[in-house]
Amino acid sequence: MADPRIIIVGAGPAGTRAAEACVQAGIRPIVLDEGRRDGGQIYRRQPDNFTRPYAKLYGTEAPRAQALHETFDGLKDRIDYRAETLVWNIADGHVRTATRTMESALPFDALLLCTGATDRLMPVKGWQFAGAYSLGGAQVALKSQAVSIGHKVVFMGSGPLLYLVASQYVQAGADVVAVLDTAPYSARIKALPDLLAVPSVLWNGVALTLALKRAGVMVRNSVKPLEILGNVEDGLSGIRFRVGAGAEQTIACDAVAMGHHLRPETQLADLARCAFAFDPVTRQWLPERDGDGRSSVAGVYLAGDGAKILGARSAEASGRLTALAALGDLGLPVDKGEMASLRGDVGTYAKFARGLATAFPWPAEQAGALPDEAILCRCEGVTAGDLRAVMRETGAKEANRAKAFSRVGMGRCQGRYCGLAAAELIAAQADIPVEQVGRLRGQAPVKPLNISIGDTDA
Amino acid sequence: MSAASDVIIVGGGLMGSSAALFLRGHGLSVTLLETDLIGRQASGTNFGNVRRQGRPIHQLPLANRAIDIWRRSRELLGADVEYLQSGHIRVCYRERPELVGSMEEYADKARAEGLDLELLSGNALRDKFPFFGADVLAGSYSATDGHANPRLAAPAFARAAERLGAVIHEHTKIVDAQKIGEDFVVSAADGRTFRAPILLVTAGAWGNALSSQFGEPVPIVPRGPNMSVTEPVPYAILPAVGVMTPVEEETVYFRQVARGNIVLGGSTRGPSFPDQYRAYVEPQNTVSQLKHIRRLAPALGKLNIIRVWSGIEGYLPDSQPVMGPSATTSGLYYAFGFSGSGFQIGPGVGETMAEIIAQGATDIPIAPYTIGRFAKG
Repeated sequence: MADPRIIIVGAGPAGTRAAEACVQAGIRPIVLDEGRRDGGQIYRRQPDNFTRPYAKLYGTEAPRAQALHETFDGLKDRIDYRAETLVWNIADGHVRTATRTMESALPFDALLLCTGATDRLMPVKGWQFAGAYSLGGAQVALKSQAVSIGHKVVFMGSGPLLYLVASQYVQAGADVVAVLDTAPYSARIKALPDLLAVPSVLWNGVALTLALKRAGVMVRNSVKPLEILGNVEDGLSGIRFRVGAGAEQTIACDAVAMGHHLRPETQLADLARCAFAFDPVTRQWLPERDGDGRSSVAGVYLAGDGAKILGARSAEASGRLTALAALGDLGLPVDKGEMASLRGDVGTYAKFARGLATAFPWPAEQAGALPDEAILCRCEGVTAGDLRAVMRETGAKEANRAKAFSRVGMGRCQGRYCGLAAAELIAAQADIPVEQVGRLRGQAPVKPLNISIGDTDA
Repeated sequence: MSAASDVIIVGGGLMGSSAALFLRGHGLSVTLLETDLIGRQASGTNFGNVRRQGRPIHQLPLANRAIDIWRRSRELLGADVEYLQSGHIRVCYRERPELVGSMEEYADKARAEGLDLELLSGNALRDKFPFFGADVLAGSYSATDGHANPRLAAPAFARAAERLGAVIHEHTKIVDAQKIGEDFVVSAADGRTFRAPILLVTAGAWGNALSSQFGEPVPIVPRGPNMSVTEPVPYAILPAVGVMTPVEEETVYFRQVARGNIVLGGSTRGPSFPDQYRAYVEPQNTVSQLKHIRRLAPALGKLNIIRVWSGIEGYLPDSQPVMGPSATTSGLYYAFGFSGSGFQIGPGVGETMAEIIAQGATDIPIAPYTIGRFAKG
């Protein structure tokens, strides 16, 4: 029998460890990645001509980043690695890829989706102004190009990334004006039992907060963001907010990095026709999988933050575990004891992730409270009021229906950045649970695809 | 106890929704039953061409009736369905010069039916439409055709019908229809029943399931349109554009909406699955569509598509719909199987079916669409 054809999508922590497991089993997998270099988002590698040391780039996670990169470098001759390659569709047992204008159909026996995450964003009035970034975007600017998103930067939202990126900016010498956390401090106390599942990461988080305060950065909890001030010509100029039930405050800044933890990139699982289920803890629709990463579709496996946000360490464990599950399903010998141990590791990280969800809750009520004039969908310029008016006129209260009538989520991001907030707004307006609003159906292409695709002369 | 009305319509696409509106205009009470949501399949996912040219000559009276409705859609519906009477151009390639003759012949016949077409070639064509590629030989331009937004149209007709008193039940899957005495009794999967002396089937790809219950099966095949849309770019292309060719793969078309996005359609249609209520775009069909779009308008090759979609359409072997009274059962009427060409004529179909039902006759020629053409023996 010919070697089984294994395709891994993503070269971050989950994809790298999955590829490693395949190579150890004597298989040469195809590894497809959109990035110019491996590492994914959290362990993003700097461009070749940059020489910043690991400790400066990755802080407390430097040893893990270095180990992961070295593993990938060691695999390169034994895998079919295709960088800058977009998987734009999946059908009939084939992955469809685009590398610039080159198009390929790659058959697979097992497909491992290690697609990672993007920021989960809650719109704030004014978030369309130049100078408003996601936390992930702010981090990419720093890691990849060693630049800050502005001269005076505010970090607003919640979640571990809020503190991590803020502290990375402080370390890099940027002027961090404030960290505005929407979560109440009490939530963190409530989450402690779960967070203690991984004490070292918890301690890293505490240390980050302390370092920010030592650096003189204003840190506020229980923040209610009201408005990002600014105008179309000059970009943003400040933030208007409240702390708890306190008086309105305004601080001046020229950039804001915002986000509420992360959301998995599940579009490929959707195109592969995997079943999804609503997760009440994170209020997100997630692809279903068993404890080893098998999706509802035979031959399609899900690992890392692309399936559920459990963090980079968990991604390494679940990447390997899922690859072992796939190899076992293909009839290759796998170490059952190691799989059991990896399942235990993933379980521990899952407990920690539940703690994070408790400590940094998604402020769903903020969507319902968006003023009518606030832009909800930035791609299409649809305001909260536009969506509410469409709902009143048409009675639409299902996510895809509301999209069809209002254009919310119809733009180039396909609702990846506004879809969760739009669903919360619809739920609030219709007074129904958010799971009844449903989820936006994913459509190819996952990212914009050039019309010259497949043109051999282009 | 079943809910009773003068007319039951099964199928809430553009045909059923517009028929409901016009039946209310005739004073008949109407119950419209839809499996899912109004206008979600063929009616909501098609290209949005409001095009008369290229239709069979015998269909032009129906298409003319429809264009009148599209023109007054804003007042009629109290909603903007993004109808733009911005023209339609149909072109042929250099390798098929014989099609220019077909265009001329068609234009002569169409003129007699009130549709004026202008034939363009060479510099006249390129001055007016500079985006065409070098392979394009000639075109037939209809200034009074255009396009509209399919996602909005059928729901707007349904809301207008509802305001006039039509009763609409979405999420109502019909599993059985029978004539008992003078009335049709229509049963939903959840056990609800509906009763009326007149039944109109506008169930698209699902139409055969009902016509078969009255001894009139039709060889309908479900397929799905192959649609894509680009990111928005400055609004510059006014007409809807299409290719005239005998080769299905070459049959592509595009239009730019006022928002700026360019909607692309055509090349090979995909499979669709009425039982699962899903249709998928085959990746190979997207690749083939983009290739032929580049040939038609090379500059579009610089743009990106941001989304593809499909829906469930019902195709009949002669590409013509079933439209008119049943051949077996009095009080039963059909309008389905529009074979990927129903959007423009949709409102005209609704108005014509309402006229047939309310008045017993119409001046619109519908003989080519009789269901009897599929009868055995």
